[in-house]
Amino acid sequence: MSIFVDTKNLVVVQGATGHQGVFHIGEMLQFGTKVVAGVTPGKGGEKVHGVPVFNAVNQAVEETGANTSLVLVPAPFAKDAVFEALDAGIKTVVVITENIPFHDAMEFVNYAHFHDAVLIGPNCPGIASPGKTKIGILPGSIFKTGKVGVASRSGTLTYEIVNALSEKGMGQSTCVGLGGDPIIGTTFIDALDAFEQDKETKAVVLVGEIGGTAEEDAADHIMEHISKPVFAFIAGRTAPPGKRMGHAGAIIARGKGTAASKIEAFKKADVKLAKFPTDIADLVTTYS
Amino acid sequence: MKLLEYRGKELFSQYGIPVPKGRLITAERDFSELQFPFVLKAQVPIGGRGKAGGIKTANNLQEAKNHFNTIMGMDIRGFTVKKVLAEEHVDVKKELYASLMLDRTQRQSLLMLSGKGGMDIESVPDNEIYKVWIHPFTGIQPFHLRDAIAQLQLEKEEGKALLNVIYQMYKMFREYDCELVEINPLILTSAGVVMALDSKVIINDDARYRHKDIVPEQEELTTLEKEAREKSIAFIQLEGNIGVIANGAGLTMATLDALTHFKGNGGVFLDLGGTDDPEKVKQAFELMKKAKPKVIFLNLFGGITKCDTVAKGVKAVITKEGIDCPVITRIKGMNEDAAKEILKDAGLITAGTLEDAAKKSSAMAGGV
Repeated sequence: MSIFVDTKNLVVVQGATGHQGVFHIGEMLQFGTKVVAGVTPGKGGEKVHGVPVFNAVNQAVEETGANTSLVLVPAPFAKDAVFEALDAGIKTVVVITENIPFHDAMEFVNYAHFHDAVLIGPNCPGIASPGKTKIGILPGSIFKTGKVGVASRSGTLTYEIVNALSEKGMGQSTCVGLGGDPIIGTTFIDALDAFEQDKETKAVVLVGEIGGTAEEDAADHIMEHISKPVFAFIAGRTAPPGKRMGHAGAIIARGKGTAASKIEAFKKADVKLAKFPTDIADLVTTYS
Repeated sequence: MKLLEYRGKELFSQYGIPVPKGRLITAERDFSELQFPFVLKAQVPIGGRGKAGGIKTANNLQEAKNHFNTIMGMDIRGFTVKKVLAEEHVDVKKELYASLMLDRTQRQSLLMLSGKGGMDIESVPDNEIYKVWIHPFTGIQPFHLRDAIAQLQLEKEEGKALLNVIYQMYKMFREYDCELVEINPLILTSAGVVMALDSKVIINDDARYRHKDIVPEQEELTTLEKEAREKSIAFIQLEGNIGVIANGAGLTMATLDALTHFKGNGGVFLDLGGTDDPEKVKQAFELMKKAKPKVIFLNLFGGITKCDTVAKGVKAVITKEGIDCPVITRIKGMNEDAAKEILKDAGLITAGTLEDAAKKSSAMAGGV
């Protein structure tokens, strides 16, 4: 098993004919992802790595049965793209695009909830379940099939951690990049609940960072509802208040969102914390 | 982007939210349209200006000129005052608080109202703040506020005036892509007008492209941060002396943390993002050199980005232009062996693990 995605995901890529679209359709196909369609308005009829391109998502859904969308369009067009996918009946939307206005994200995240759809991102690397599928831009080479679930607010930091896990022989059930923006569709809590239900997942790794209270909320949730062992790493322990540390969501504002508060909350919930991102793998071996 | 008080109030006026009669005072010191007494207020993007002496009342022209001369050019917590707003005095009957922000957890807009205006909202007890979450698809509706208005014990007309101000505030919050609209204090005048005495407005930077009428003025960026922005490189200046180049925001933050662990101090935070474009790598290194760090720590994880491509870019800059500080590199991921060879060849120090590299960098920069 896996969470949120499996072999039944038939993927349409929105923004298929751009540089990113072409490259990542190739990478996903190589990973084994069922990429069935691309959408770029005005480019209908073209093909990318043999995948047919349509002008609109509803056409792609009708012709190919696509049920999942990967959004790679530029930020000013992202809201339109997500609304289009949801209206076409898509039930899993992964939004990679960064720098999307927060108010746009608030609208499409809520619209996804209305449609009972899973929305991952925005500003995330996507989701991968080794041996099954990869929907996003995560590097395929770092993964290994296994039993550790990973949920993260970061990109490369996740690759680093996943790579370290794989090198130590601990494969992953699913790795989900939640996104570095303040408003995201899928949270640590959603991922934790899904991993708790997933028979294949034996331990969960959370990669958090400064800003907001997602880690504190997750810690409360773990105490009440999660029985599997949880490990965590928090980035930004030395970040000064008021500076946005690269991610739009990574900011200590009005005294809220400090690493200290997150670490404290996780300790209370008996979550084991790593000092360095590469330490996580050792922790997981010791405790699971 | 934080707007200065006067710019926020211009937006309020545009939305029909009453503000005191005022004008921006320049070097000509033209106070002609204003009635005494009035208040001179330093325009800086930071709180605490009253305590710093940046707000003064003038009862006559001489006082006005003197106060203007004192406030203009004053340093308030690192910001030089370049603009002064003069506003006519208003009679305050009651001070309220109102704000709208994005709630990250609820993923809705959060309206906060309180009868305790004029003080830092962080110091107002929770049971005296009325909070209501507004879904983006309903927008603000009368039911959202019935309870709050009742609790504030206002006259009927005052309640209506307050409702109108909050509706307009919400409209502005959504239309201008605000992260925050805060009015503190929001006052009731003896004439029954609800008026914004101050403004705190933050507009989401990612939405600036659709608000061309909002022009940034007092930048909170350093010169190098500005140059980086023009070149679309994520670059943040901090206090320390170690320059960190990494790819991805999370990894960069984790690298700074590792340095601190070994008593090192990150001074510059440069995020290469997902690029291995040699031209971008070159620009990044040039920027880093200008920041004059004592040590440069390059920490790279190659996933989609190929390590050897980045290494080639680094080698090209160093062989061509030289570098006058030690560069410690730690490379992991796609094509790491080839990358290590290239960097060694360029005379750089390669470290095995993140810990090892962080320890070496900190030691060389004068830490432990």
